[in-house]
Amino acid sequence: MKSDIILAGVGGQGVLSIATALGKAAVEGNLNLKQAETHGMSQRGGAVVSHLRISDTPIASDLIPLGCADLILSEEPMESLRYLPFLSKDGYVVTNTSPFVNVPNYPDAKKVMDEIKKLPHYVAIDADAIAKKAGNVRAANMVMLGAASPFVDIEFSLLEDGIHAIFDRKGEDIVNMNLNALRAGRDFAEKNR
Amino acid sequence: MQKQLLLGVESISQGAIDGGMSGVYAYPGTPSTEILEYVQTSPVAIKRNLHRKWSSNEKTAYESALGMSYAGKRAMVCMKHVGLNVAADAFINSSITGVNGGLMLAVADDPSMHSSQNEQDSRFYGNFAQIAIFEPSSQQEAYDMAREGFSFSEKTGLPVMLRITTRLAHSRAGVILSECQDENKGSLPKDDHQFVLLPAIARKRYKLLLSKQSLLKELSEKSCYNKYIPGKDKRLGIICSGIAYNYLMENFRDGECPYSILKISQYPVPEKQVRKIDDECDEILVVEEGYPFVEEKVRGLMGRDKKIKGKFDGTLPRDGELSPDLVGKALGHSISSGMSIPDLVVSRPPALCAGCGHIDLYVAMNEVMASYEKGHVFADIGCYTLGALPPYCAINSCVDMGASITMAKGASEAGLFPAVAVIGDSTFTHSGMTGLLDAVNENSNITVVISDNESVSMTGGQDSSATGRVESICAGVGVDPKHIRVLIPLKKNHPEMVKVFQEEIAYTGISVVISRRICIQRAARMKKIKK
Repeated sequence: MKSDIILAGVGGQGVLSIATALGKAAVEGNLNLKQAETHGMSQRGGAVVSHLRISDTPIASDLIPLGCADLILSEEPMESLRYLPFLSKDGYVVTNTSPFVNVPNYPDAKKVMDEIKKLPHYVAIDADAIAKKAGNVRAANMVMLGAASPFVDIEFSLLEDGIHAIFDRKGEDIVNMNLNALRAGRDFAEKNR
Repeated sequence: MQKQLLLGVESISQGAIDGGMSGVYAYPGTPSTEILEYVQTSPVAIKRNLHRKWSSNEKTAYESALGMSYAGKRAMVCMKHVGLNVAADAFINSSITGVNGGLMLAVADDPSMHSSQNEQDSRFYGNFAQIAIFEPSSQQEAYDMAREGFSFSEKTGLPVMLRITTRLAHSRAGVILSECQDENKGSLPKDDHQFVLLPAIARKRYKLLLSKQSLLKELSEKSCYNKYIPGKDKRLGIICSGIAYNYLMENFRDGECPYSILKISQYPVPEKQVRKIDDECDEILVVEEGYPFVEEKVRGLMGRDKKIKGKFDGTLPRDGELSPDLVGKALGHSISSGMSIPDLVVSRPPALCAGCGHIDLYVAMNEVMASYEKGHVFADIGCYTLGALPPYCAINSCVDMGASITMAKGASEAGLFPAVAVIGDSTFTHSGMTGLLDAVNENSNITVVISDNESVSMTGGQDSSATGRVESICAGVGVDPKHIRVLIPLKKNHPEMVKVFQEEIAYTGISVVISRRICIQRAARMKKIKK
């Protein structure tokens, strides 16, 4: 089994926290993992990307080759399109639909969505709204993680365990809110894939 | 055995701790920053109370590490590639003094200039100093090399360089840890002249360094990190170093490369193995991240008629970082890219955070500078360099740490008026103070703006050596206290800021305007910690 995942977003959106949660689950599942992150200058509101590779056999490159990604998981719609050269023919794009507008020439949001709708395999999810319903808009990252889960070969229970590992010290309510967000994201993706 | 998920940089930190390190010295710089940060939070490092505070710059860091080595303990010093320019004096001379306790320099290069102003290759510095260089291809090798680096240094009597590039620095993988060694007890050098580089002594020490070169070569040829992997197809032999090995193997997913491979992760270049691949293979492809360092060496070792493909003949690009696809192309493989990027996607460069004090500073400065033609503001390295981009377009230079003050000084001596320097607090104590002294000594007609956010922000908000000291440093260097002005960069203070800038520009002589408001990211983090 192998999953090559491009995680995209804007510096400060929490791309790395999704990568960390997935990475922890992969290690718990005794899988090999390599995860290349963006640190430094781009974290100041620039485009950031993480290459996450999970496999049951040894992984050579820290970067995903072009045309090989099984999934692009993006926290922002325009960013989901930036890495299309990495996507494989059968790969999925799972993207949050809320635009993050911090450049003056950000394209028309409707046109961005039109481009996404042209893709053969995509899930467009309003993670902020679903997170709000689950209890807190700050759980949007967990909604995105849940939405990605049907396309990644990691047992769902390992992701749930990951949430416990991250949030247990913050109390049961926080854990449950994040678990709800995770599950709501997964439900949405399964119904809308 | 314990397996941990670690970044390349963290693997170096953990390896150094487990190798019996007594202290780490560094100045923050992407992609090297997390090496010291990891040590700051390591339970073992805290329990052992290893030295783990930031230094004012890479030179002071290097010299402190050398002092720890003098006292017989194991020390690591970390920096980004351009930091080694700052530390170069200490670094080059440390190969002449040699070491007492093990001394390791971890340096992180940034090909593609993700967060840097150039992409210089530190291996040339290692070669210049004539010491051993280690270049890991994986997080595990980074850990092992850092752990064994100190004993290698003690055995050879020389400092060692551990060189990584951005991708490995910031890529995570599982690392198997070995047992944690004890620290050295500490001891003075046996020869009390070892560290005294008077010419008569330095000549002897240099001869000693030269005499060790054959040992270093032999250790490279025997190193477990340098591997010759024979292949069936002798038409091509591939020499690759560091992370390039991973990109090469990605192109042979079953793990079987038909060509012979020489993987180099320890320098000097292992000549025996280079001769072997030369003898056995018709053509050679050299794959390395950075400048064509190995390629140059290999060209010197092989016959003039040998076809060597690499960065010189354009098989691989001269600039930027490598990728599995670039290496695939060099091998003649066809690369099947996915869909192309739609035209409507625009670039999203980094930007100053909303609410950042640098913004209020630039808004006020731009209003004042609008009365002059463009091209009077010399800036420096930090978040405020983003003031070069729209909507501010407020600065006209960014060259190296501290250059703002001295370039403004030189320009004013060429007749430029006004000449304004913009420098951050940490950059000021890193390399701006001596330039300010030059300006004071000549009473240069420049206005120095120190944008003090009480933090090293671009690299993630480390403690700044300048915090609480900026006014006293300026006064101590000799700036007239009447012309050391302090402002709080806030919208409501805009009229006052404009007035102060106008007054200080009008003043003939050196003046310093300190624009001080804490970095909003740092303020948010501190609030979180308090909670």
